[in-house]
This record gives sequence, C-alpha cells and structure tokens, in this order.
Amino acid sequence: MGNIIDVQHLVKRYDGLTAVDGLSFTVAPGEFFGLLGPNGAGKTTTIRMLYGFTPITDGRLRVFGMDIAQDWRAIKARIGVCQQDNTLDPDLSVEQNLLVFAGYFGIPAAVARVRAAELLYFFALTHKKNAKVVELSGGMARRLILARALINQPDLLILDEPTTGLDPQSRHQVWEKLAALKEKGLTVLITTHYMEEAAQLCDRLVIVDHGKILVDGAPADLIRQHAGGSIIEIEGPDQALRDYLSGNEVACDDLGNKLIVYTTEDAALNTIIREKFCTARCTFRSSTLEDVFLRLTGRELRE
Amino acid sequence: MINSSTISWRFLKVWRRNLVTYQKIWKVNFITPLLEPLLYILAFGLGFSGLVEKVDYAGQSLTYTQFIAPALIATAVMWNAFFETTYASFVRMYYQKTFDGMLATPLSLEEIILAEVVWSATKAFGAAAIMMTVLGLLGFIDFPSGLLILPIAFLGGLAMGAIGMFFTGITPSIDMFNLPIFLFITPMFLFSGTFFPVSNLPTWAQPMALAFPLYHLVELIRRFSLGGSQTHPGICIVYLLLFAMVFLLLAMRTMHKRLIN
Ligand SMILES: Nc1ncnc2c1ncn2[C@@H]1O[C@H](COP(=O)(O)OP(=O)(O)OP(=O)(O)O)[C@@H](O)[C@H]1O
Ligand SMILES: [Mg+2]
Repeated sequence: MGNIIDVQHLVKRYDGLTAVDGLSFTVAPGEFFGLLGPNGAGKTTTIRMLYGFTPITDGRLRVFGMDIAQDWRAIKARIGVCQQDNTLDPDLSVEQNLLVFAGYFGIPAAVARVRAAELLYFFALTHKKNAKVVELSGGMARRLILARALINQPDLLILDEPTTGLDPQSRHQVWEKLAALKEKGLTVLITTHYMEEAAQLCDRLVIVDHGKILVDGAPADLIRQHAGGSIIEIEGPDQALRDYLSGNEVACDDLGNKLIVYTTEDAALNTIIREKFCTARCTFRSSTLEDVFLRLTGRELRE
Repeated sequence: MINSSTISWRFLKVWRRNLVTYQKIWKVNFITPLLEPLLYILAFGLGFSGLVEKVDYAGQSLTYTQFIAPALIATAVMWNAFFETTYASFVRMYYQKTFDGMLATPLSLEEIILAEVVWSATKAFGAAAIMMTVLGLLGFIDFPSGLLILPIAFLGGLAMGAIGMFFTGITPSIDMFNLPIFLFITPMFLFSGTFFPVSNLPTWAQPMALAFPLYHLVELIRRFSLGGSQTHPGICIVYLLLFAMVFLLLAMRTMHKRLIN
C-alpha cells in the first residue's frame, strides 16, 4: 500500500510571508506522525493544506494517493480533523454536534446515532450528551472535538494541538484514547507543543522551523543523535569548565548562568566533570526530545 | 472556482443544521410575525385613517391599511432574510467558527453559502406564512391567489439573503453592518412603494425605486393579495431571480476571498 500522505516541496506564501517553505515528508499507513515546531513554524498552515482548507502555493501534495485540488471531496470524506481552534457548534448540544456533523459526511441518521453513542462512551461524555457545548470544561470540549473528528470513521486523523490547555489528568486521558486508536491501526498526524506527548505517541516526527524541516526520525533516534542521550546541567559554570569543554570539543549550550553539556553517555567525561567542575549545582539526567527541540530551534522566544 | 463539482445537494445538510438550532428558539421567533402586522395595522389604521383618504393604486382605490398590508409581508421577508445572512451568518462565520468546522468535512464553501442563503429564505418564508394567515383572517388578502405569496416570499428571501451574504463577505466587522443598512436597506424600506406608491416620487427618482428588489417583492405580494399591481408580475419574478443569482455568485466570491487564502 502506498503512503497515506505524500508531501513534496510544499510551499505556502501569504503575500510577502513564506509560512511553509519547501516541506517534504511522507506518512505511511498505521503510522503515528508528529509535526513539531515553535509558534509560527507553519504547522497549522501545513495541516490546512492537507485537508484542503488552504490552497497550496507550490509543490505536490497527495493524500491517499489523490490530489487534493481535484479529489478534495473524496479525500475529506476519509479524514478526521481536530482543528487548533475550537470549532464546536455552540448552538447545538453535545450529541447534536456529532449527529449534525455526521450529516455533513452524508452518514445516514440511524448509523450516526449508533456511532455517536459509541464515541460519547469512548470519550466518557455519555453523561453530558444533552449538555450545551458552552457548559463543557476545556478537557471535555477537546474530547468532544476528537469524538467529532472520528464520526466518519476516518482512515487518517489530523490533530492540531489536541491537548493544549488541558490539565495533566485530561491530557493523560486523551493520550490513552489516542494510544488505543493507534492500536487499532489508525494513521495519525499530530502537532503538539508537549515534547513528552510526541515522544510517547509518535512513531516518527519532524521538527519544523520557519517552514522548513530541521530533522526527521523516530523520537529515540533523534534524542540519541541530537541530544547525546545524556545531559549534565551545570549552574554557575566557571571559565575553567568552559575552557575544558571547548578544548575537548564537547557539545554544549551556554546559557550564561547555566551550561548544558551533551555527554553522549561518555562515562569518562561524566566522571571528570563530576569530580573537577561540579562546584555549584549539577544535574545529571537523560536527554529528552525537549532538549533536541530547543537545541535545533534555539531558545529565543517566537513572535 | 464555482462549478458543478463545488455545489451539490449536500448543502441541505447545512440548511438542516440551521433548522435544528432554530427549533430551539422558534417559539420566540413566532411571536414577531404574529403580532407585528397587528401592531402596524392598528397604528396605521387608527393613526393614518384621518390623514390619508384613499390610495389610488393600479386602478383601485384602497384604504391606507389595505395598501400597506401586503407591504408589511414584503418588508418582513426583507428583514428576516437580510438579518439572517448578515448578523447571524457573521456570528457563525467569525465568532463561532462554524464554517471552519464545516470546511473540514466534504462540504464546499459554496455549499455553505448557498445553504445560508436558502436558510434565510426559509425563515422569511415562515414569517410570511404567519403574517399571511393573520392578515388573511383580518380580510386584507384575497384567497386563493394569496397563497402565491408563499413561493414569492421564498424567492424574495433568496434575493435579500443573497445580498446580505454579499455584505457579510466584504464587511470587516459586525458593527459595520450599520453602513449597508443605512445606505441600502433603509432607503429601500422607505422608497419601494411600501408606504406610498412609487408614482408619488419625483419622476427622476422612480427608476431608482424600480431597482430595489423590495419594490418587486411588494408589487408581487400586492398583486396576489389585491388582484392588481403596477408592474407585470413576470418582470418582477425575473428581476428577483436575477438579483438573487447575481448576488449569490458575488457572495460566494467575496466569502471565498475572505475565508480561503
Ligand atoms: N491566513 C493567514 N494570512 C497571513 N499569514 C498567515 C495566515 N495564517 C498563518 N499565517 C502566518 O504563517 C506563519 C505560520 O503560521 P501557522 O499558524 O502555520 O503556525 P503554527 O506552526 O501552527 O504556530 P502555532 O504553534 O502558534 O500554532 C505565521 O507567521 C503566521 O503569522
Ligand atoms: Mg498552529
């Protein structure tokens, strides 16, 4: 079977501003794929092009092997989208949101009722089915958006920051549900600012900045390649340490009052730093996807 | 952009969405068209009867209330459809992001716009039906010809809803609907032969009144309520159809520019 998503040299320009600048990536069937990047990196723009909301400026974009410009209706019928903004219909009740949305897909009412009941149960919203959307908590609303994105039993689920603004409990609940969907073989494209979430859920991910892909790979591989696998954080580093590190060409980030040393699980180096330079506070820890992200995209604030 | 592949019967699903939400509030919306004509008839019947003797219209000599009763239906059609596709559609489009949600499904923007306009005509139709019943019971409408008011109200609703949607496509913020209302709707409301015959206008102004869709709507409803009108109904129907078509296409184009970039 071919790729579910096939993006080649994708470009999106808004007069003057290049939001997406030559992205290329593929997503295979059953893959859980992450699209990471700082604010304004072009994630939402890419997603909008994927489901045919935003026309592409240049490049090639195929979903299920079809061209979105031609076969948009067939493609959209097989995609579930959870948009970054809350687009739940506040004029409708929780259950009606699912039923009316099912109507847009041309799903017969009887089938829609069965699916809506199943999805409300799956997302623990059955007791809220007659509630107004505005009466839902943030976490419930997000779960309802997810439920709505699944009403057409999509072959591809596109999630734009599905857990932003949720408390840890709700977030873990959503992760559980997403993991269950992944078990069932659903193909998922997700954007998130929670690196832990991406590391746990994604089989493969890309980190994007300024509309360009910086790296592409499995989370564990990326951590090994770009953040050394283990890290020492040294607060209040002195000049001797800086000289030692630069003399031995050890990879590190200098934040002024803090040094982040990527030690590549080098036991000898670890020992030397621990014994010679850890005068103030030192933290030894495994590196994470967040280290990769910050290292590649920089530590300055965006926008 | 707009071709046969972008418009299908699927638009009825969006129309149905509006019907579902309307079912929650219809009882309140019922009251206005029920009481409004009574209020107007009462006010004008009592207040104006001494001032205005008779109105000569299309060879008939009418009391003032007889003259304005059909126009009340026409103006209700105008307000219902125009408000629906301006304020209500703007809220759905901009504040509720309802259209954004819909655009993640196999709906096209053109279908959404068409559905909004058809829905506005449906609301106008509903209001006209209630008013027709009330005014009919009061003896202001001839039957069975009066029943033709219903399809005419729907057609008029399409025309008014389409131009409202066009304004929604170009209006930057919701407060700025005051402008098309002041510059277009209010003059149309006053000068479409609604409260006095167009023939009372100075000669130079009469063709302008004829350009208003409300003029043609009033003419048609008078024709079917009273049995006579000044302009041939065929001309009025064709004008309203063309007006609805042109502004529906313009609305689709401006909304496309606004939402898809
Ligand atoms: N409709 C638009 N018109 C003009 N510029 C836009 C439009 N939409 C997005 N942009 C710009 O394109 C760039 C990418 O935006 P996008 O929303 O894709 O970022 P993102 O990666 O989703 O960011 P975030 O993490 O904040 O959601 C930004 O500079 C943004 O200002
Ligand atoms: Mg975004």
